Amino acid sequence: MPKDFEAKTSGIGAPMKRREDIRFLTGRGVYTDDLKIAGQTYAVFVRSQVAHGRIKAINTEAAAAMPGVLAIFTGEDFKDVGGNPAGWLIKSRNGEPMREPKRPVLAHGKVRHVGDAYAAIVAETYEQGRAAAQQLADDTDIEELPAIIDMKAAAADASNRVHDEIPDNLCYDWGWIEDNRAKVEEVFAKAPHVTTLELVNNRLVPNAMEPRASIGEYFPGTGDYKLTTTSQNPHLTRLLVAAFVLGIPENKLTVVAPDVGGGFGSKIYHYGEEALVLAAAKKLGRPVRWTAERSESFLSDAHGRDHVTKIELACEKDGTFLAFRTETYANVGAYLSNFATVTPTFLHGTLMAGPYKVPHVYVNVKTVFTNTAPVDAYRGAGRPEATFSLERVVDQMCRELGLDPFEVRRKNFITPDMFPYTTPVGLAYDTGNYQATLDKVIEIADVAGFEARRQASAKKGKLRGLGLSTWIEACGIAPSHLVGILGARVGLYDAATVRVNATGNISIMVGAHSHGQGHETVFAQIAAEKLGVPESSIEIVHGDTSKIPFGMGSYGSRSLAVCGVAMTKAIDKIVAKGKKIAAHMLEASEADITFEAGKFQVAGTDKAKTFGEIAFSAYVPHNYPLETLEPGLEETAFYDPANFTYPAGAYLCEAEVDPDTGKVTIEAFHCADDFGNVMNPMIVEGQVHGGVGQGIGQALLESTTYDETGQLLTGSYMDYAMPRASDVPFYNVDYSCQTPCTHNPLGVKGCGEAGAIGSPPAVVNAVIDALHRGGITHVKHIDMPVSPQRVWAAIQG
Amino acid sequence: MKVSLTVNGKPMSGEVEGRTLLSTFLRETLSLTGTHIGCDTSQCGACTVHVDGKQVKSCTIFAADVAGAQVTTIEGMANADGTLGRVQQAFQDHHGLQCGFCTPGMVMASAALLAVNPKPTEAEVRHHLEGNICRCTGYHNIVKAVMAASGQDVSMAAE
Amino acid sequence: MQNFDFVKPASVAEAVAALGAPGAQALSGGQTLIASMKQNLAAPSVLVSLTGIAALKGVSVAGGVMTVGAATTHAEVAKAAAGVFPGLATLAGGIGDPAVRNRGTIGGSVANNDPAACYPSAVLACGATVVTNRREIAADDFFQGMFTTALEEGEIIVAVRFPIPERAAYAKFEQPASRFSLTGVFVAKYGAKVRVAVTGASNDGVFRWSEGEAALSANYDASAVKGLKVSPDGMIADLHGTPAYRANLVAVMTARAVAAS
Repeated sequence: MPKDFEAKTSGIGAPMKRREDIRFLTGRGVYTDDLKIAGQTYAVFVRSQVAHGRIKAINTEAAAAMPGVLAIFTGEDFKDVGGNPAGWLIKSRNGEPMREPKRPVLAHGKVRHVGDAYAAIVAETYEQGRAAAQQLADDTDIEELPAIIDMKAAAADASNRVHDEIPDNLCYDWGWIEDNRAKVEEVFAKAPHVTTLELVNNRLVPNAMEPRASIGEYFPGTGDYKLTTTSQNPHLTRLLVAAFVLGIPENKLTVVAPDVGGGFGSKIYHYGEEALVLAAAKKLGRPVRWTAERSESFLSDAHGRDHVTKIELACEKDGTFLAFRTETYANVGAYLSNFATVTPTFLHGTLMAGPYKVPHVYVNVKTVFTNTAPVDAYRGAGRPEATFSLERVVDQMCRELGLDPFEVRRKNFITPDMFPYTTPVGLAYDTGNYQATLDKVIEIADVAGFEARRQASAKKGKLRGLGLSTWIEACGIAPSHLVGILGARVGLYDAATVRVNATGNISIMVGAHSHGQGHETVFAQIAAEKLGVPESSIEIVHGDTSKIPFGMGSYGSRSLAVCGVAMTKAIDKIVAKGKKIAAHMLEASEADITFEAGKFQVAGTDKAKTFGEIAFSAYVPHNYPLETLEPGLEETAFYDPANFTYPAGAYLCEAEVDPDTGKVTIEAFHCADDFGNVMNPMIVEGQVHGGVGQGIGQALLESTTYDETGQLLTGSYMDYAMPRASDVPFYNVDYSCQTPCTHNPLGVKGCGEAGAIGSPPAVVNAVIDALHRGGITHVKHIDMPVSPQRVWAAIQG
Repeated sequence: MKVSLTVNGKPMSGEVEGRTLLSTFLRETLSLTGTHIGCDTSQCGACTVHVDGKQVKSCTIFAADVAGAQVTTIEGMANADGTLGRVQQAFQDHHGLQCGFCTPGMVMASAALLAVNPKPTEAEVRHHLEGNICRCTGYHNIVKAVMAASGQDVSMAAE
Repeated sequence: MQNFDFVKPASVAEAVAALGAPGAQALSGGQTLIASMKQNLAAPSVLVSLTGIAALKGVSVAGGVMTVGAATTHAEVAKAAAGVFPGLATLAGGIGDPAVRNRGTIGGSVANNDPAACYPSAVLACGATVVTNRREIAADDFFQGMFTTALEEGEIIVAVRFPIPERAAYAKFEQPASRFSLTGVFVAKYGAKVRVAVTGASNDGVFRWSEGEAALSANYDASAVKGLKVSPDGMIADLHGTPAYRANLVAVMTARAVAAS
């Protein structure tokens, strides 16, 4: 950690320890499954064992008669309620809107993936529910249909359909930017050199360590509902359940996301289990709870990535980029999860210029339905896919032309004098300094000493390589006006309410949701500095729609850049109101009141009131001029950013390959990031560590494999390789290159997704580099995960 | 059947079935919900507790099989005055947790390591945590916290 | 999980009697069985815990033989064998993770004969003797294909007797997800005679690699097996390794075991 950060002990920029840790470290966190509610019952879902089938009959009689069974629900019970909608309308190249099949609470008519829930049992105990679920599965007649698994085959075969009304299994065929297509083709036709790579961006299971869980309650006395659930965004869930699925008035539904054990995207979305527990709670008049088994999570959480891409790079012989062109097949699985349609399009195609001044880019994405679990945003969402394609093809081009990958990137970077810079794929980067982060990573990684380390590895019979990735992303999601033009059906502002209590302590209710990020600490740091009060007097409240203003939650590295700014705007209003009160109390003009370090003062005098005195006065307004000064000290602000933020950085991976077994060991991983201003460096480092850990997982270990019948072969930790402590090194993280965001007052950019975006291509580039330096020059590419057997097989040729 | 054991130094008992797992007994009968369940194949380690001083996965042990044993859970790891214990404090100091879900298991596993190996190397820490999965931290700060808890200099964990 | 009666006898005789009940099954450390029961792959009506039988626990060394009680945990073996039989200590200390090693037992592992388990390779490579409540079974006769052993109904393992080799080591290449052995090789040298047992690789479970044994008996050096090609026929094909990959690992891990011995 840089010294100037280490020195700070409070306020913005201090590496403050997290206050939430105390409860987590003592076993006193309260996650959804930890709650016990009087009269609770247990829901168990009956899930399809086949990938694709027509439901002929569900005979509930025997299951209903089993001990403890209280109710059975099937798709028939929900056929007249709404579907779980897609949050983003994408249009195909021909102007047609995407195909949007209904996503029901429980499958009706057909089951469309292994794990698709078609019935639910509610019972007195979990074990009774599970026994009845087994009985019901035995008593269900499903006619198995051929499974549609391979994307290209699905799009080519009109006879076999995931959804009967969609003939080619295509959700959309998207071009970005379609008007540029002809020009890009022209550039490619004349280009002195073209490099082509075919890549798979492997499907991942998010695997937040807390499995999804939901508890539905209904209060007949008032007609109110309460859903306690593992969500990254309780208001969004409330909106979806209320307005789209069950039709409950929003003001009769409270959604609470208490302590949530990780999300990484998978807990953004509304899932059918949440609607079921609410509907069942009303029907039974008792609380209904459900907690996923891990094996259920594998089958039913929204997965991530799953692209098959052909990328082409047109360039001069000296490596100057002329154009990028990609054709991608993106898997959405069996149904459209809430952000499934935007992830492979606007979160992916718009990043396809990278940090480079490439004049022409064209992106084509065909998004395909298959008989697999839904696929949606997972840490980075679209941007890791774009970065992987770009950074792999750039390295390959350098190899083909014998150019230095560091210098080629440097040559093609947008330079600091060019900002704001509009890319050919529609984004306006506000600021950045890509040369600086590249220089920094070269410095911290001791690139100069690499050759000696390589030789030391060679002496042990190991091949050592160096892999670079220079990444950029668009986050702080997002300006509503822009996403609205692009098809979003929601706004993406956020909100905060600052409530100063009479005794001077402060409750801040935020729309962002912390499921590991440490908002309770960081938001308090910022507010403390802005208000000149100690952190300990500030409480950050999140995750309960009955307490917080309507915010959009946390994903897309948006918490600080959007909600944090909303909070500072609310604080500005508090200060303005405080000045009014002070002016009244001090019998001065409002314009003469200054606010600094927690003190309201008449400029140029020693007349002052402390923050606490102002707060007390606001609630004991014995002599307020009520026509001009309202009692109370509470303000809300909504903030909608003017643009995305654009963090960027340079990552270097040093990897060692064991040629006898194919095993890759990450020897070192260096990150030089530009996140703009940093609020808590300890937390920023932790976010980068976590992202890089997941990126190394994607690059080396994690594979989500369905067989041709649609069975998930990697449905538990016995076969899905999660990164463990021994799979990763200590990471070397630097964030001293800072170009503050120009359009938000905190100057922050967002750091949550960075590590997962920048790291996979660095790892794969390092492996390919190691092989080439070791004389194994026939290997052009190895698909992720770059597993031992794949590396070994590639070496064999 | 009735099972009696000592949990965090206090005698506890409750009715169990044969199939009642220790984790279920702790969470549901004793309401000690700090012990978490993150998988169903005995791999994630979120449920790690100590039985007679040894770390075990409480999801893979029947409550009836540990009748009479001394069980320690995350709720029993703080100092007598309620302040964080040594390992817990190191996890906070070094940001060794984010969402907190795997944390109880990590703390229990780490404490078990330090009990037998007071100054573990980085490699020994990583090897010891083989059965505890964390999705948030990339393990960096967990390993650092364990080494710091052992009183070792952790400046080599570059940042 | 289906419910069952739980019994915890204090002697082998009581355990054998309890196992006579219909649907009864022995429970040792439970590190495999309990996971199987959660998935309803095993559903005993009576579960007989062997962990309360003192006679089944402990490690003793006499006359060049190490006797390991069936209910001795991996952690206990790793500790007890460290000085006298380091190859076995390394193997036991590398099974699963620390929590698994504190519960899992040698008897449970050997009786289950999972094709990816570590212990069977040591038992076979050492030509150990599996002692049951009824008889003594030579390792070469004990393992009869994946999840299959010479054990009969109501027969339980009491101990495993290892003749301590002059040199031995275990080299495991881990399956990246489960951390079971994708291919693990135990090499044991007794005078001029070398035995090599391979786990994780074959559809037939643990097996002796006779070609490797011959080469190492002639020249006990890692280089002796370096060029040897192993046939992929009969090797396990799964997500984590093709038969060819596993066949390669047999020779690679054998060489590493020799180097480490």
